[in-house]
Amino acid sequence: MGAVLATGALTTATATTAGCAAPSGATAGKTRLRYWHLFGGGDGVTMTGMVDAFATAHPDIGLEATQLAWGSPYYTKLGMAGAGGRAPEVAVLHLTRLAGFAPGRLLDPFDLDLLAGHGITPDRFPPDIWRRGQVDGEQYAIPLDTHPMVLYYNLDICAKAGLLGADGQLGPLRGTAEFLAALRTARRHTGVPALTTETIGPDAATPWRLFATFYSQTGGEVLSEDGKRLALDDTKALKVLDFMARLAEEGLMVRRTDYPGSIGVFNDGRTAFHLNGEWEVTTFKTSGLPFSMTRVPALFGRATVQADCHSFVLPHQQGRSGASNEAAHAFTAWMLKHSADWAEGGHVPAYLPTLADPDYLRLTPQSAYRSVINDVVLDRPAWFAGSASLLWIELGAVFSGVLTGSRTPRDALREAKARLRQLLDTPDPLGGTGGSA
Amino acid sequence: MTSPSARTAETTGTTKPVGIRRKWTEHGLLFVAPFLITYSLFLLWPLVSGVRMSLRSDNITGSGGEFVGLDNYAEAVRDPDVWSSMGNTVWFTVLSTVPLVVCGLVLALLSHHLRVVEWLWRLAWFAPFLLPSGVVGLLFLWVIYPSDFGFADQVLASVGLRPGIGWLTDERYAMVSIVLATVWWTVGFNFLLYLAALQSIPRYVYEAAELDGASGPRRLWHITLPLLRRTTGVVVVLQVLASLKIFDQVYIMTGGGPDDSTRPILQYVYQAGFTGYRIGYASAVSYLFFALIVIVSLVQLRLSRRRGEESG
Repeated sequence: MGAVLATGALTTATATTAGCAAPSGATAGKTRLRYWHLFGGGDGVTMTGMVDAFATAHPDIGLEATQLAWGSPYYTKLGMAGAGGRAPEVAVLHLTRLAGFAPGRLLDPFDLDLLAGHGITPDRFPPDIWRRGQVDGEQYAIPLDTHPMVLYYNLDICAKAGLLGADGQLGPLRGTAEFLAALRTARRHTGVPALTTETIGPDAATPWRLFATFYSQTGGEVLSEDGKRLALDDTKALKVLDFMARLAEEGLMVRRTDYPGSIGVFNDGRTAFHLNGEWEVTTFKTSGLPFSMTRVPALFGRATVQADCHSFVLPHQQGRSGASNEAAHAFTAWMLKHSADWAEGGHVPAYLPTLADPDYLRLTPQSAYRSVINDVVLDRPAWFAGSASLLWIELGAVFSGVLTGSRTPRDALREAKARLRQLLDTPDPLGGTGGSA
Repeated sequence: MTSPSARTAETTGTTKPVGIRRKWTEHGLLFVAPFLITYSLFLLWPLVSGVRMSLRSDNITGSGGEFVGLDNYAEAVRDPDVWSSMGNTVWFTVLSTVPLVVCGLVLALLSHHLRVVEWLWRLAWFAPFLLPSGVVGLLFLWVIYPSDFGFADQVLASVGLRPGIGWLTDERYAMVSIVLATVWWTVGFNFLLYLAALQSIPRYVYEAAELDGASGPRRLWHITLPLLRRTTGVVVVLQVLASLKIFDQVYIMTGGGPDDSTRPILQYVYQAGFTGYRIGYASAVSYLFFALIVIVSLVQLRLSRRRGEESG
């Protein structure tokens, strides 16, 4: 527990001090480049290192990086800055938030020729992810990474339970029966539930991400491709929700843990498995836990997994042009080319040349699950979807009830559909492409 | 509502202004100008602008909307989330007001009668009130409430009770846990108001009662409590208004969960406006809430006036 407290306190402290940090360096006579991002914790440390390296390599650019609080507060500020014409030159945005972010009004498109001049071309990205950055034929977002849900496992417990293969890694688990059997075996060796993940807590997103992952494996869709209609398949959704309820009922998963709690339990070496985003890899590496990580097993057919991508965007500026705009493009290109550094935080680089970079391949266990980039499922482009969105908060609360046992799967499905319909009926307030436009 | 200073003036009866003619002067206007400007800028204008926004489909950036009449209000009335979060707010107010008023009174009585290290009691009971809501939220979230290893569970375990309560993660306990934290945090304010009122009760009243042979409990029941009636009125009004405005501690401790069971109306307004970008709709919801507060205040005013007539 001490570790959890310390980590929490440290993250808060880092966020607080970084939030107050004054723009670095003298900017007189330099090209002004303001950059906003939302990376805290380990990611914040990595990003600050990369920002400093860029600044050192480009003495003619006066880079002012600002770290803001993750989540809805960040998107509120970014939207208002864009609307007021006082936006930074470049910023980070979750790719799934693009549809609701009024491209063309709050965001400016990239100049692909400028990027090509820096060696960044569309063929160097997974086509699906690159396409998600496009609206009406213009490129509004350049993906930096993809951050999928992964399965962390404790090497000691899994070894004792005989779950590891000859290579010392977890063997493939196919289907729910094999997964449940592995959980039961691990539980016999620890005496406690074998799996932990965030099931509860302020704005808990994991219950939604868990559902989205398993449901995507059944081949089902939550929304239609254009994000405008409900496409939820009752049979498939119930199959997944029943499984989620069973995990807790059978005592295979810790029933009520919030985000820091779920990490703390796994970090203390008490459970064999932990489901979460890959970004916590730094937490477990720092603590010296004997662990590894792999892709979320294909329990319902396909090996797909819920994910999102950090991407670079150009917030709308009146009369965006000139040296500052060129610097924003140069910055984006430099960051992509150095994304092997970024991958240390667990993220899978979206810039394909990095996936073959020896510096990246040397990273373990980070590079072990890189193939997932071809199987990621992002929220459909709706204004209310994406990281820290209304969809995540509202459906997260509903599916949390399934994991904690306060809602039956059938009741949760009904409530989820009601909330989705309500969101679909609400016109996009920012007038982005996800709604009326 | 009676302000403390007005009450002092009434009881002492010496400070009533005599002979000053109320006359309109430019100098007077100059003196109140700073207040008037601040008041108009930060209260009146937002109030009016909020009404205007609630009739439009404005988004967070303040643009792109159009006049929609009462559509936002109609939607809010039909929105189950509005009613559930309004219900949570009222439930919290009911649960918190009684202990906050009673504990404030009891602590003030204790402190008033405990003549040893007086300053210590006052400090101990008022100190939590000085903490920012963020500190209180995190203190309870990380130190007091975590199941199994939290302070609260440890205390229960030490007296042989079954620990492992999901203080903030179980629908059955979450709201009560927030109430407990709030009582600990804010009872100092009511305590202070009661203590001041207790100290203003003249000693000779008690001395006379003592001479007549009134016992301690009788003195409390027939002298202290009736003389505190006005203070109780003030404390209840302030407490109900403060409890209705709950936001910070819930936002930090449970984020409105589990499953929205503790989400107050102000958090729903925040979600609709800042996460959902629908500032017009959020304004309409907050005006519905405003209407609720006005109704509660009017009812209380009516009740306290009646009480005042009875006692006066």
